[in-house]
Amino acid sequence: MLWDWGYALEILPVLGQAAIITIEATLLGFAMAAVLGLVFAILRMLGPAVAWPVSMLIELVRSTPLLIQIFFLYFVLPKFGVTLDAFTAGVLALGLHYATYCAEVYRAGLENIPRGQWEASIALNLSLYTTFKDIILPQAIPPVVPPLGNYLVALFKETPLLSAIAVLELMQTAKILGSETFRYVEPITLVGALFLAMSLVSAALIRQVERALGRRFVR
Amino acid sequence: MTLDRATPMVKFAGVTKRYGRLTVIDGLDFAIAHGEKVALIGPSGSGKTTVLRMLMTLERIDGGVIWVEGEPLTHVERGGRLVPADARHLRRVRGKIGMVFQHFNLFPHMTALKNCMEAPMTVLGLPKHQAAERAAELLDMVGLADKKNHYPSQLSGGQQQRVAIARALAMRPKVMLFDEVTSALDPELVGEVLNVIRKLGAEHDLTMLMVTHQMGFAKEFADRIAFFHRGKIEEEGKPEEFFGNPKNERTRQFLRAVLDAV
Repeated sequence: MLWDWGYALEILPVLGQAAIITIEATLLGFAMAAVLGLVFAILRMLGPAVAWPVSMLIELVRSTPLLIQIFFLYFVLPKFGVTLDAFTAGVLALGLHYATYCAEVYRAGLENIPRGQWEASIALNLSLYTTFKDIILPQAIPPVVPPLGNYLVALFKETPLLSAIAVLELMQTAKILGSETFRYVEPITLVGALFLAMSLVSAALIRQVERALGRRFVR
Repeated sequence: MTLDRATPMVKFAGVTKRYGRLTVIDGLDFAIAHGEKVALIGPSGSGKTTVLRMLMTLERIDGGVIWVEGEPLTHVERGGRLVPADARHLRRVRGKIGMVFQHFNLFPHMTALKNCMEAPMTVLGLPKHQAAERAAELLDMVGLADKKNHYPSQLSGGQQQRVAIARALAMRPKVMLFDEVTSALDPELVGEVLNVIRKLGAEHDLTMLMVTHQMGFAKEFADRIAFFHRGKIEEEGKPEEFFGNPKNERTRQFLRAVLDAV
């Protein structure tokens, strides 16, 4: 028989454990991407001396494959005295990689704020920090939540790349299970099904967030 | 520093502003006394709005010095010389100036009340209840006590502009700048905004500088009219003299054109 229900049920708890690692990597990676992306986007607005090196870094990260970046952090950094465990290296690589994409998204949001909002902030003598925190970001971020959500799902779907540095996430766990029993059909199929289920759930959640923001913001 | 009323509230000394090769303000010398109300008029592109924007530090000046109550706005005196000031100095001097814009520029994600509370809380450090109280008083003064929990998008243009005036006043400025504040309004809403400005002029010891196309209002309200042409003041004077007996040929041409259009 091609599909063994008994075996599938037996490995499901193991894969469930691995799914938690996948979710952790996704959430931590995306939290980093969301924050660092915003920092990149704001730094790029603060004049050419700051914008130039940031833009170079962004270009570098975007123009090279994520897998190479993961390998770089895990295998090359130790040669410079920075040793990271596989999970940390993987999360940092995911976070940095997606930060560069989030930066573009934030930039679009920030550029959509009319100049008059900045001028009113100056006229009211608000500090640059207050201007960003209270005036600009509350207007710039809600409209870009949908594209940020898309990147959350995209990042989630790239976590199997971490199996390349032996992080025990879903894919790596499935591979190990397969190599132990020589049955690949159930583990790999279940991993696919788990990813599908989680993608659908998170997409629904993002839609909820969008709707909540829309209610608060569009009047 | 002690200041007598003779020190001009604002003084432009040889101020120049260029956009590339185009000189929009050409060595402007212009003093405004404490409590004086000055209307800046002139054809579009004559530099009158730029004068307000330079004073609000929205435009960098390319030459000369702007003095506010005897203090240079964008410079500090060090060893008898004027050197560019740091952000702290700029913010302190700028705190004396408030501005109302043609397109209101209210914060759309805040209610009318919150619009008027933001700067007093974050810049002046007022506690929330005090900022709310001040904001409510000012909204009452501009006739919008019942709209304080409305968002800008729920208000008419005239109401939005009155909130913008209250918001600027919440910072207790000594100088108020009005940049074509009725130009974006439907004609029937102009009056309510002008009435608020009239009331301000009557009840407060504010220095006011306004760029306007409302000649009738300028004539009735201002202490002095300054006519701008190509980055310079071509003619200035008390409203009666200025409108009654303009001396400059360009002024006459301009007045004929705008008064004909009414």
